[in-house]
Amino acid sequence: MSKIKAVTGTGAGAEAMRQINPDVVPAFPITPQTAIMQTFATFVANGVVDTEMIRVESEHSAMSCAVGASAAGARVMTATASAGLALMWEIVGVASGLRLPIVMEIVNRALSAPINIHCDHSDSMGARDLGWIQIYSESAQEVYENSLLAMRLAEKVLLPAMVCQDGFITSHGVENVEVFDDKDVKKFIGEHKYPHSLLNVKKPVTHGPLQLQDYYFETRSQQIPAMDEAKKEYIKIGEELSKITGRKYGYFDEYNMKDADCVIVALNSTAGTTKTAIDKMRKEGKKVGLLKLRLFRPFPYKEVANALKGIKKIAVLDRAVSFGANPPLYGEIKNALYDVNYDGKLHSLVFGLGGRNIFVEDIEQVFDKMINDKLEEHGTVGLRE
Amino acid sequence: MTLKSNKDIPIGGLIDEAGSSKKFKTGDWRSFRPIWDKEKCIQCMMCLPLCPEDCIPSEGSGKDIKRKETDLEYCKGCGICMNVCPVKCIKMEEESKFTK
Repeated sequence: MSKIKAVTGTGAGAEAMRQINPDVVPAFPITPQTAIMQTFATFVANGVVDTEMIRVESEHSAMSCAVGASAAGARVMTATASAGLALMWEIVGVASGLRLPIVMEIVNRALSAPINIHCDHSDSMGARDLGWIQIYSESAQEVYENSLLAMRLAEKVLLPAMVCQDGFITSHGVENVEVFDDKDVKKFIGEHKYPHSLLNVKKPVTHGPLQLQDYYFETRSQQIPAMDEAKKEYIKIGEELSKITGRKYGYFDEYNMKDADCVIVALNSTAGTTKTAIDKMRKEGKKVGLLKLRLFRPFPYKEVANALKGIKKIAVLDRAVSFGANPPLYGEIKNALYDVNYDGKLHSLVFGLGGRNIFVEDIEQVFDKMINDKLEEHGTVGLRE
Repeated sequence: MTLKSNKDIPIGGLIDEAGSSKKFKTGDWRSFRPIWDKEKCIQCMMCLPLCPEDCIPSEGSGKDIKRKETDLEYCKGCGICMNVCPVKCIKMEEESKFTK
């Protein structure tokens, strides 16, 4: 039996954490993530979970603590955003390098400067090459379900995972979230059996020793097949989760794509805005569609290319910039399409930096321009220029 | 030593064997070698616990404990033993003298 709860995106993240019941949660508050840990701290204080919650003095310490606890064999979760993730940086790479299955909720927020607390994807996109699995969530419901999936996936392939949601838009907006039965979820999550626990005195191990020219390359290279495995396991574990939730966990969702001429590719909450625009435009007879990517790392190149190869016009919406290079999502889509000799029109649009709103009308405009061949190859949405 | 492939080593750079640092001989890092004057030594045991490589072996125990020659397979030549010796019975000499 599931229950409908009125919770925010952060509340949904905390709800997943309650059911996962991690052994250790080291945390440091940062807007707009704070609400996750605040809610979770209430669960700890009320004895709803068995978690050892450690309040640390910085995000660098939060991730260091997560690494230590995870190496000891604990199931570990934490959460952060923006500058918090930036401060963690060094240890974020250590977590993946040491193959520790930590799950971190990311509430996407712009990076400084200028100082800004609102949504864009510069934080998690900046961390895209640090060896973590990255799953993006359109809604609070998806935050909740993706967190459950991420925990199982991380522990299966021994790689850490980030579950991303849009700061304030998703994190602080109240939605009806279907929370599944505690028993079913706990059964799905199962017990964490870490094979290289530091606390196992019968089988002593050393984590994180020095490796120079002789072994570093070999060790680092192991993360490549691990990501390939993560890609396969994501589907398998998603199918298992489907049995509880009744929803599907593909690499991406296709919305009105079958007969579409123009398609937008987007992440997180903008996918929801795009769906509303599509519903409206479909009534007007316009053949528009959406590819909402869920799994960004590992990136499903082949599958994305197959889904997009027959589409005449594609616009990729990025809520992040890669200064001096193609925006992150656009770059990956372009990479994927190279392999299928794509001969349609591909557009890159940067939007929404620092929480600049994107409205249904903006999406409609993008589609209309695309339909009328008036969309530039590289452009922006909502920027005064 | 034959180097192993990425498929033959534990994940994450993990070392799954206790005491494996014994296999890591650090003696060739040394540019100065400690020369111990056995006759002058008062067997005070200052150098033993302060050696960062733990490469000064001993025999016996309690009052009868006696140090032995420094294990040159591991000694990096840091000179701490020379510094802490109250009777100056350890001298550091250029390694190149011995390797010619």
